[in-house]
Amino acid sequence: MNESVLEKLKILAESAKYDVSCASSGTSRKHKAGGIGSAAGWGICHSFAEDGRCISLLKIMLTNHCMYDCAYCINRRSNDIPRATLSVSELVDLTIEFYRRNYIEGLFLSSGIVRNPDYTMERLVRIVKDLRTLYRFNGYIHLKGIPGASPELIHEAGLYADRLSVNIEIPNEQSLQLLAPEKDFQSVFTPMRHIQQRVLESAEERKKYRFAPRFAPAGQSTQMIIGATADSDKDILRLSSALYQRPTMKRVYYSGFVPVNTYDQRLPMLKQPPLVRENRLYQADWLLRFYQFKVDEIVDDAYPDLDLEIDPKLAWALRHPERFPVDINQADYEMLLRIPGLGVKSAKMIIVSRRYGRINVSQLKKMGVVLKKAQYFITCNELPLQTIHEVRPERIRTLLTQPSGKKEDPRQLKLIFEE
Amino acid sequence: MIVFTYDKTFEGLLSCIFYAYERKIFPDIVLAEGTPLPLFCEEVIPILTEEKKSERVWKGLSKKLSQAGLAVITYNWLSELPDTENLLFRYIRKAIDAPKSIELNFGDPDVLLASQIYKKVSYERHRVIQFTRFQKTADNIFFAALEPLYNVLPIAISHFKDRFSDQKWIIYDIKRAYGYFYNLSEVTEIRFETQSSYLITGQLDASLMSEDEQLFQKLWKTYFKSISIKERTNPKLHRQNLPVRFWKYLTEKQ
Repeated sequence: MNESVLEKLKILAESAKYDVSCASSGTSRKHKAGGIGSAAGWGICHSFAEDGRCISLLKIMLTNHCMYDCAYCINRRSNDIPRATLSVSELVDLTIEFYRRNYIEGLFLSSGIVRNPDYTMERLVRIVKDLRTLYRFNGYIHLKGIPGASPELIHEAGLYADRLSVNIEIPNEQSLQLLAPEKDFQSVFTPMRHIQQRVLESAEERKKYRFAPRFAPAGQSTQMIIGATADSDKDILRLSSALYQRPTMKRVYYSGFVPVNTYDQRLPMLKQPPLVRENRLYQADWLLRFYQFKVDEIVDDAYPDLDLEIDPKLAWALRHPERFPVDINQADYEMLLRIPGLGVKSAKMIIVSRRYGRINVSQLKKMGVVLKKAQYFITCNELPLQTIHEVRPERIRTLLTQPSGKKEDPRQLKLIFEE
Repeated sequence: MIVFTYDKTFEGLLSCIFYAYERKIFPDIVLAEGTPLPLFCEEVIPILTEEKKSERVWKGLSKKLSQAGLAVITYNWLSELPDTENLLFRYIRKAIDAPKSIELNFGDPDVLLASQIYKKVSYERHRVIQFTRFQKTADNIFFAALEPLYNVLPIAISHFKDRFSDQKWIIYDIKRAYGYFYNLSEVTEIRFETQSSYLITGQLDASLMSEDEQLFQKLWKTYFKSISIKERTNPKLHRQNLPVRFWKYLTEKQ
């Protein structure tokens, strides 16, 4: 280990940073004698980069040489950027020494495609295998599945990695063909299906034999780039929802498109990444996973794109005033979750504390329930003040979207001075 | 007004509970010994700390509350907030008097406040687990210093013991001037008597570091810079996620 690694680390981290996946959750593993480290089931973020995103794993590429020429990717063949490759011992040293200093939770290893998908995947698997068996690394490992890799290699990867991920990148096959001529949906979905199959098989085996090996215990994830193609939020969320139907898909990440290859005519010209849209998509994703929403309730043919001004749950509530107001002392958990501004924690807190007595507004406030949005959609012990039926949805929308700041007092006279 | 005074230990507080229930005298306020008394107090009862009595109270409590409820009590104690003893006294009294467990009754102001403090302390514990940064010393001990808001080291240490069980380490709370040392087999509480510079800045001097320590610190700083996407820079979110009070001890922020 010497100074030359510094330059490589810089190049390969720069190349890996556009993959947004960062979670280190899903596996709980105690320390093993003779090994290094453990895995905490809920995941730990050890630092946060200046863009506010968490640094949990050492997110790095084995090499940024790539034979593909995907329009949206910084590492595409036709880009003139510095290239580097880490040796196995360098990568292992970096991971273990960073881990010992509590900088990271584990390793997130990816790679550019060299020679062919199988060759690349084999190199990745070898490193992870060495790390687990030779160096007894017991922390978290997230490994990228290379699209088009053979099932045998995927099977081996899952024995050592906690989570595997294969990126879809573009939510629509035609656009994918246009931007990444070497890839197709087939090459992405086949490895995904193999991972799912093996995870389920291994779970079954472990029911019979306690010491049967675990296969990718933290499941799989994937990523889609937002704003690089003309796909609507409906297409994206329908695909996500279909993916979540599969038993092992834990997360779909949305990555706002950062125009890295501005010279490419196939890509839209964006001044800055679509951050608000990305945020709304994540909110919709949470509604799918934790709030028991169906995708058709969030986006449909009449509303193919998410509202950028208000969050998807509020948008749904404003479209469905007939479901409100909700009595928080009686409504079931599912309905509590549908109140705008009320999250999973608040809903659970209301459920447990109303067993002891009726809940009123002041108690809600003290519990930390934010009433800014919720006030128009609930009734509780007191008489409802201003519900959605009195105020009307359009008015609520303007009330909630007008910029906060100093509210003007209507009684105050305005003095207008001529300039 | 009846006042109980105690020696500001957790066992002392539990002894107060025992005394109160034994004599059926319930204080209006519990105070640490040596704090100035309120203006109109009829009776000041100094409570002696007795281990047997405090154990009996704890045993009784564990019948009334779940593990989570007991954790609310210990976490509140570790918060070291000014009025904790009175809040805990009321909380424990409610727990003992109620026919069923009170720990989920968030409509009750005391239960709610105690659970909110519990949350704050457990978040701080999590932050300590996130933001502790070890530096390797010349004699192969990994050293980390920090000053958490609440006294959370006792509840965070089990995590470090499990994770870093094959390396010697010291985690030191500079604010409270104590820490823990792990010698590959067990964790012991330690106190540094001297005021060395690393106990003020939290950063080891280069002469005390092992030889490759500076290289790895440099590598980590390089990585930290390269991993952020310039087009998405968001200083507000950065500060929100990585509170400024930890920056002093973070390697990547030096």
